[in-house]
Amino acid sequence: MYGMFAAITLEDFLASNISYWLRMTAGSEFVLLAAFLVAALIHASLLLGLFSGLPVFYIWLERKVAGRIQDRLGPTRVGGGFGWLQTIADGIKLIQKEDLVPKDADNLVFRMAPYLATIASFAAFMVLPLSDGWVAVAAECGAFLILALMSLEVLGIILAGYSSGSKWALFGAMREAAQMVSYEIPMAICALIPLMIAGSLNFQVIGRMQSGGLWNWFIFHDPFTFLAFFCYFITATASVKRAPFDLAEAESELVAGFHTEYSGFRWSIFFLAEYSSMFAVSAVAVILFLGGWHDGLMVDSVIDNLRGTGSGLIEGFSLGSYAANVFGAAILIGKACMLVFVQIWVRWTLPRLRIDQVMTTCLKYLVPISCFLFVMAVLWPLVLATSFSRPVFVGKPLGEKSLPLGVPASAAVAAEQREAAR
Amino acid sequence: MIEQLLFWVFAILACGGAVAVVATHNVVRMAFWLVVSLGSVAALFFLLHADFLGAAQLLIYVGGTVVLLVFGVMLTASGPYNAIPTSPAEGIIGGAVGFLLLFVLVSSIGSVDWTEVSGRLPAVPAAPYLVDMNLAAKADESFVNTGSSRAKAEFAATQQQGRTVRQLGLGFLGLRPDRHLTEGDGKGSASGYFLPFEIVSVHLLVVLIGAAYLARAKRRVVPEGSMNVG
Repeated sequence: MYGMFAAITLEDFLASNISYWLRMTAGSEFVLLAAFLVAALIHASLLLGLFSGLPVFYIWLERKVAGRIQDRLGPTRVGGGFGWLQTIADGIKLIQKEDLVPKDADNLVFRMAPYLATIASFAAFMVLPLSDGWVAVAAECGAFLILALMSLEVLGIILAGYSSGSKWALFGAMREAAQMVSYEIPMAICALIPLMIAGSLNFQVIGRMQSGGLWNWFIFHDPFTFLAFFCYFITATASVKRAPFDLAEAESELVAGFHTEYSGFRWSIFFLAEYSSMFAVSAVAVILFLGGWHDGLMVDSVIDNLRGTGSGLIEGFSLGSYAANVFGAAILIGKACMLVFVQIWVRWTLPRLRIDQVMTTCLKYLVPISCFLFVMAVLWPLVLATSFSRPVFVGKPLGEKSLPLGVPASAAVAAEQREAAR
Repeated sequence: MIEQLLFWVFAILACGGAVAVVATHNVVRMAFWLVVSLGSVAALFFLLHADFLGAAQLLIYVGGTVVLLVFGVMLTASGPYNAIPTSPAEGIIGGAVGFLLLFVLVSSIGSVDWTEVSGRLPAVPAAPYLVDMNLAAKADESFVNTGSSRAKAEFAATQQQGRTVRQLGLGFLGLRPDRHLTEGDGKGSASGYFLPFEIVSVHLLVVLIGAAYLARAKRRVVPEGSMNVG
């Protein structure tokens, strides 16, 4: 009995009688399962916080930017002079609304469609790395997986439009389907260009290859990746159905398109999914082209030296690594927010395209352009290698920059320098 | 334990979704249940640490359902929510064929001696942290080990963590780092899948061009003589 109550530290606890009793009755798997569940819960709630916190900010930003562009003030009342809490107030209002299902709607599909869109959008956040060591699921084929997951959101939109039992919603859904099926092609080809340059589908490898100065970012790797970034950004804007490609919810023609019949909570989670997808595609653009979690000014190489310091407080936890990860995540989210700002800016500046113009833009312009960029990006290192006998203009070739995984970046660099000194 | 639990959840979802696809009469509901079923199969692939296969399943099958759905709506729906009725005879025949297939699958799975097959798999340690420890130990005494067993251990470790992309790519080109060239039955070097892949992709391109040609907007041909009349 004494051993039971005196167990204070974890080691004491594991050696104590109660732990022995637990292992005898429930097996050591029980302890592992509990630890696993706690870890999974923490991961999921952190991601869910990001997933629902960012849209709250973006919706406020959208209103403020729209107001400024149209020579208005935007929200000013709720939460002080800037209307900070406007989105929260709207959210509370939306939850209180009645959950309507139209008489003609297909009840099951109508109720399930918003969840399908939201799950697809949230699942993309699982494989999105926020910093060198911060990713919920470190899949080696992360880039492939995130493209697959982001393409599923449209399924929820189409099901919602069809099951509403309204011609406006059906038209919106059919337009969205036509648009998505065609825009996926140039988007995938443009994303393939940096993946081909990096020779990896792993976001961590791709991010680490762009460490150091601004010139190491893939957008400045060669002229074709520079163009490919803009091509990707246009198709990404179309894939999250933002203006000028927002034909699925064209207010002037289709009332509200696919979400005409929705109200309250289901309506609001469609928008949660849309605004988080805006962040997801922007973050993918940042990782693939704009240096990921590196600031490009060498500040992070100083902060990376902190990695591994300040450990010993908790097993496996290092204060320095934590600080470096926070810094990297702040840079990545900041860059992605700038791209989201550009999407908002474009929405309130450009007029909407017609559906035939949207299809022409994709099939006649973006697909050939992206194919051309891909072929030229393949040929570029070969041309450089034959004419200048080196595959890149400045710096080391990318193949020499890939660091081994599982080792902190600074430690790997230090080991490399030691090798070089020897 | 948790993997077993997740396996059962996704296996039930996959089978239940598949049954629901057959049982419903509405095209769009069928598509919804198909998404549930195929998505659960993708989740089962992730549980088996076949990340690439799972992602491909999501992209090709679940994403491809969209196209199927759109065609289903465009080609079959004359009014909203048209049901596709099935007669009882069709139900009986379909059910009989389905149960026969199930019987064939179950009996063939039962007749295979799995102990022999599992002996041929690379030895996979139980948990990722064990893999790391084993790898570290292997790296320390790498001068003792031959290259082959080291490569095999690394292969097992990466496979355990779902890191199969590089091996898949190399295997696609005909390089199998997990097998030793002189070892075993001489199947060390495979021929790769590059040529079949190219043939299939050119085939698809031909089909695409043919479909575009057939579906193009027909231009009205003005007869030769009619120009002179006006």
